Order: sequence, then C-alpha cells, then structure tokens
Amino acid sequence: MDAVQIDNPKFRELERIIGKYRTIDGPLIEVLHKAQGIFGYIPPEVERFVAKELKIPLSTVHGVVTFYNFFRTQPQGKHVINVCLGTACHVKGASRVVEILREELGIGIGETTKDGRFTLTAVRCVGACGLAPVMMIDDEVYGRLDREKIKKVLAEYRE
Amino acid sequence: MPKRIDVLICGGAACLSSHSDEVRAAIVREIEAHGLGKEVRVVETGCMGPCELGPVMVVYPDGAFYIRVSPQDAREIVEEHFLKGRPVQRLLWETPEARRIIEERKQVPFFAKQKKVVLANCGLIDPENIEEYIAADGYTALGKVLTEMSPQEVVEEIAASGLRGRGGAGFPTGRKWKFVADAPGSVKYVVCNGDEGDPGAFMDRSLLEGDPHAVIEGMTIAAYAVGASRGYIYVRAEYPLAIKRLKIATTAARGMGLLGEDILETGFSFDIELRMGAGAFVCGEETALIASIEGKRGQPRPRPPYPAVQGLFERPTLINNVETFGNIRHIILNGADWFRSIGTEASPGTKVFALSGKVINTGLVEVPMGTTLRELIFGIGGGIPDGKEFKAVQTGGPSGGCIPAEHLDTPIDYESLQALGAIMGSGGVIVMDEDNCMVNLARFFLEFTASESCGQCVPCRVGLPAMLEILERISRGAGRPDDLDRLEQLAETVQRASLCGLGQTAPNPVLSTLRYFREEYEEHIREGRCRAKVCTALVRYWIDPEACRGCDQCRRACPVEAISGTPGKPPYVIDEGMCVRCGTCREVCPFSAIEILDRR
Ligand SMILES: Cc1cc2nc3c(=O)[nH]c(=O)nc-3n(C[C@H](O)[C@H](O)[C@H](O)COP(=O)(O)O)c2cc1C
Ligand code: FES
Repeated sequence: MDAVQIDNPKFRELERIIGKYRTIDGPLIEVLHKAQGIFGYIPPEVERFVAKELKIPLSTVHGVVTFYNFFRTQPQGKHVINVCLGTACHVKGASRVVEILREELGIGIGETTKDGRFTLTAVRCVGACGLAPVMMIDDEVYGRLDREKIKKVLAEYRE
Repeated sequence: MPKRIDVLICGGAACLSSHSDEVRAAIVREIEAHGLGKEVRVVETGCMGPCELGPVMVVYPDGAFYIRVSPQDAREIVEEHFLKGRPVQRLLWETPEARRIIEERKQVPFFAKQKKVVLANCGLIDPENIEEYIAADGYTALGKVLTEMSPQEVVEEIAASGLRGRGGAGFPTGRKWKFVADAPGSVKYVVCNGDEGDPGAFMDRSLLEGDPHAVIEGMTIAAYAVGASRGYIYVRAEYPLAIKRLKIATTAARGMGLLGEDILETGFSFDIELRMGAGAFVCGEETALIASIEGKRGQPRPRPPYPAVQGLFERPTLINNVETFGNIRHIILNGADWFRSIGTEASPGTKVFALSGKVINTGLVEVPMGTTLRELIFGIGGGIPDGKEFKAVQTGGPSGGCIPAEHLDTPIDYESLQALGAIMGSGGVIVMDEDNCMVNLARFFLEFTASESCGQCVPCRVGLPAMLEILERISRGAGRPDDLDRLEQLAETVQRASLCGLGQTAPNPVLSTLRYFREEYEEHIREGRCRAKVCTALVRYWIDPEACRGCDQCRRACPVEAISGTPGKPPYVIDEGMCVRCGTCREVCPFSAIEILDRR
C-alpha cells in the first residue's frame, strides 16, 4: 500500500479480505466482488492494488473486470435502477419501461442523473418473470409496471 | 410437536418483491396478539409457483390457498380462519374461467396437473432449516449410497434411470458420470452449474432458494460415485438469496457431519465451495464456467478434451445442472424403475419450467416429460389473458425456437422439440399472443447473443451482428427482397463454424421464426407492415374523431408536442411528421380514442 492507501479504511478492509482469499484456488473474481462491495465500483487504483496483492498481472485483472458485465468501472448514482430486459419482460413491454424512465429521469441506459441520484442500467432477467415487466431499484423488485406505478415508485426514492 | 395449524408463506423472489415478508411479520404479530403461538406454526418457504398471484400462502390442514395477501389482511385471517375456522373467502384463489373459489390446494388446477418430484420440498419446508429437510427424507439417499452401494453401483443406477441433463443439451447423466469415474487421476471435481443464463428463466434459482440441501445431497452422491473430494457451486451474482441460503445450508450440513471430512463416519470426504458469477451469459457454457471459477475471463475453449477428462484446474471434472442434481436423491431412494415410470421412454422423469409471458398463470411448474405444450399453456397456464389469440411459444431461450399453434399438441421431450427447430433448453417457456411481432422477437434474441458473444471466434463475432443488421433493416421497413435468403445463409454458417454452443445455437430463434412465420417477415419487407404493430417505424398513431372528446390529456402528455387541439373542441390531431410513436398519448387517453394503424 502506498501512503494514501494506508490511510484509507477501504483499502485496509480490502487488504484484509485479500489476505483471507489468497489461499483459495482462483481468487480473482471473488476478490473483485468484494472490492466492488467496498468501493461501489472498481476504479483503476483498485485494479492496481488487487493485481499487486494477488501477484497477478494488471492486464489480467483489467481483462477480467471488463469481460464481466457485473463489474463497474464508473461510480454509480445513489440509487441504481436495473430495468429487466429479459425475454418475459420484453414480451410484456420492457422497452416501454425504458422509454418512460427516459422521459421521467432524462437519462438512458448506462447513464446517471446530473444530481447523482439515479443510475439507469439493464439486466437480463431478475427471476421474477411472473411479474413482468420488472425493474429493480437497489435490492427491491418492482413488478407489473406501467407509467403510473413507475412514477409512484420514483417519487418514493426522490424524497 | 405438531401444531394445530401450519401456515406456509411463500418467500420466493416474486412474492418477496410483493412484500411477503411484511405479510409474514403481520401474521406472526396477530398470532402472538391472539395467544395462538403454541397452536400455529408459520414457515417461510421457497417459491410455490404461481408468482403472478403473490404474496401467496397456504394454510394446513385445511389446504386454504390465499393470494395477494396484504399485511392489512393479517388480522382478519387470524381471527376468522385460525380462531373461528372460517377461511377468508375473498382472498382464496379463484379460477379465472369460473371465478369459483377452490379451497383445497390439491384441487387447484395449477397444482393438480403437475407432478412434483424435484420441487417436492419447494414451498413446503423451511429452506434455512436442515432439520426440516432431514424430516422429509433428506440425506437418506446419501446414507444409503455411502453404506450400501459401491460407487460403480451408483453410476449404474443413475445410468439405468435414463436421467438426462437438465441444463439444456440432455446428455445422459449416467454416461457422463461414468466418463469422470473412469478418468485417471487422484484429484477430481464436481461442479454444479447454477449460472442460469437464459434471460426469462428462474427454475434453478427457485430450487436453490427453496431446497438447497437437495442440490448439495445430489452433488455429494455424485462425488462419491466419481471419486471427487472437492465441489463448486457456481451461482449467478444476480441471485443473492440463493447464495445466502446455500451458505446457510452448507454450514449446517458440515455441522451435522453430512459434508466435509469423514461424512457420516464412513471415511468419505467431500466439501463444497460457492462461487459467484459476474454477469456473462457465456459462462453457462461448461468450459467457460470452468475458466470463470479459475478466476479468468469466461471464454470457452474447444472440446475435446472434455471436462470429464481435463476440466477445472486441468483435472477430471463432472459438471451438471442444478436440476439434474436435484433429481439424484429421488432416483437413489425410489429406484431407476420408478423414475422410468414417469415421463417418456427416451426422456424419463419430470421437467421444471418457468412459465411466463402472455399466459394467465405464470410461475414455476413441474410436469412429467411428454406433457403436451397445450396442457402446459392452456391447462396449467390457464390460457391467454384478455381474450387474445395464442401466437407462439418460445422454449430454450436464446438457443431455442418459436413453436406455432399447429404444433401445440407436441409432447415436451428433447427429441420432439428439436424436430420442431426449438430445444428443451433449461426450461424457460415464454408464451406470445397476437400482439407480439416475430421479427421483433428474433431481433431481441439476436441482440442478446450478439452482445454476449465472447468475441473469440469469427463466425459468432462477425456473423451475429451481420444477421442483426438485416433484422434491423427489416424492422425499419427497409428490407430487401433477398434478405431472407441471406439471413438463412448466414445462420447456417454461424451454426456450423462457431467455436462453442453460444454461436452454434444463436441462429435458432431466427431460423425457427423464419420457418413458421415467414409470411410475417415478408409482410415487413414487401408491404412495410407489422401486423402486431410492434415495429414502430411501420406504424402511425391516429386519433379517432368520433371517439375524441377534446379532454386535452394527450396534448399535454406528448413529449414532442406533436398533438394539437383546443380543450372541449374535438377532435385533436397528431402531426405524423413530428410524432415519435412513443405511445404515451394512447396510454393516457381516457376514451381509447387513439389507434395504431399501418404506416402505409
Ligand atoms: C451458451 C451456453 C449457455 C449455457 N448456459 C447454461 C446454464 O445457464 N445452465 C446450465 O446448467 N447449463 C448451461 N449450458 C450447458 C452447459 O454447457 C452444460 O452442458 C451443462 O451444465 C451440463 O449439465 P447437465 O448435463 O446436467 O445438463 C449452456 C451452454 C451454452 C453453450
Ligand atoms: S424476464 Fe424480466 S424478470 Fe425474468
């Protein structure tokens, strides 16, 4: 750790976790999951830190981070809205949901509102197909969406 | 001590999202408030199936099935039903056709036509309590295997049962086990594929959440049979509840000597580690999954060598799907002959499906193989809502195909579905009605596979976007006369030349829709017409002057100010040049005055 990182409790936490995972076979992806949990996303300095601690080439770490959709390299808004674009939701009009969110929030998939409150992302099936169309805000699932329900739900998160 | 009343509240993902946890808390509060704590037991269970109707709960011994329960209903249920013995009629499940209230769980058609084997415990036991699993004959099969059977006998029993892999391809499980058992090497692995990548499927999730020990027991039996001492369960990161319950389950099993060193004091040792996926569809493919567990980019590699010979960390590895493992204990306990008595000759046993889309009862269903699509969709599923016409059913997700109405009487088994150009796949079943466009659907799946291609091989990396470009053109009404032939040629090349199953099967949705709905493609190309009114470039919005009352709502709602009119002075009109066909006006119109017409 360099001087800045020693003072940063997040890096100390990550170092502790890496210590625990160092002994398992193929630890990189598990460690990256934990790192994202701590930092909210995986900035370049975290990639470098993980590479050094696990003694894995930085190019490998970067290759893994960019290969998997789940890992984010950009900071997120306060709330993350995941619109389901799975088959069941598609058949029941998920594209309308994206359209309505775009009108309501002024952002498209992959973007964050100017006030930093919402990030809009897409997922493929959250396993609640029976309630399609579906979106998740943080860990909460909202189903049977229409314009009215979307507006109502967003209002709750705007408070 | 048995209680007078058992209350099972569904804690599956869909019910949780409609706040079944709050319902449970409210019920528990009311039970305490009425001093019924000693008489009533409340259990949170895995998915019961009818997700559309959640939160759902079942009360035994009456078998009353409550749907859409809210926390406010708790007092009435406890006072009327638990205290006075009168089920709350307004919350009982009624069939859509007859609106007849059915009180007994076994009489509800959604359940009556099903046969629960793999899901037997889901929705009945508390998945976080190992003792409930053991009380339901859990770990008995493991005990039997370890004390009464040789590894070879186990492999033979599974082979004799005719069980085929439930992860999609239907490879005979017994044969696979034999390959791994026969592979030389002292270190071997057992891997459970819980990646469930099909975007519209949640069978494996429900089993992992509802009965995690069944999967662990199946893996442990497999490990004994093939001679493995280490196992991995690879679960999608999108399934946090499944991961949590697996953690609880493996810890509990270890604590009782059912996992880890010297299992049941037989000298056999086996332990399981959980690994989280990270959102890449291709990681469901077995060689990519292995790379991912090793901490690498999830890129498939050519086979052979097969994982059975050279898999995880270069060692012989058995990979099976979650549901495949879920079948094992039942086969060991009841015998191969019993298993063969269910389903069909070539596809014995049951299959779990996630039924969704345009169908009245959505959710998880388990039926014997050989059940027809019609029984699944119209019997169990209750048919198509809103009086619409059935158009097609999609099975097998992005690797599968669309099946039209004339083949509804096809029995569901591996070979029959394949003959129709679809596949069994992992069990996602999406029903579509007249409002769904087949060109749009093919495009949807191709967008998915093209963006999930790992990019290693050229046919898949270049071929899929080329196909997608043609489909996009057709959706815009700019299709060319020879586009369908070119699409077919490209599809065949990608199928034949791709490195892994992703590319080899990705053209299936296009080919099957071309096979059964070619005239719909041709309409798009020749007439610039989308009969389902889904392809926005081919439709226009129109205000019916007879129906418009001049309420001004559409004008205010229109995001591009394409509508003009004066309040109280109908009709309003849409400027077609400005209209972006977003559909907002049609949603807000209180008089259903706005129609979607063909553009041309
Ligand atoms: C692109 C692709 C995705 C796959 N996704 C899954 C999956 O999500 N779950 C699964 O069990 N098998 C999946 N498979 C099949 C696996 O490669 C493998 O055949 C299966 O896990 C073997 O288990 P089984 O014999 O028990 O079915 C996929 C295959 C391909 C080509
Ligand atoms: S497709 Fe959206 S929850 Fe499954």
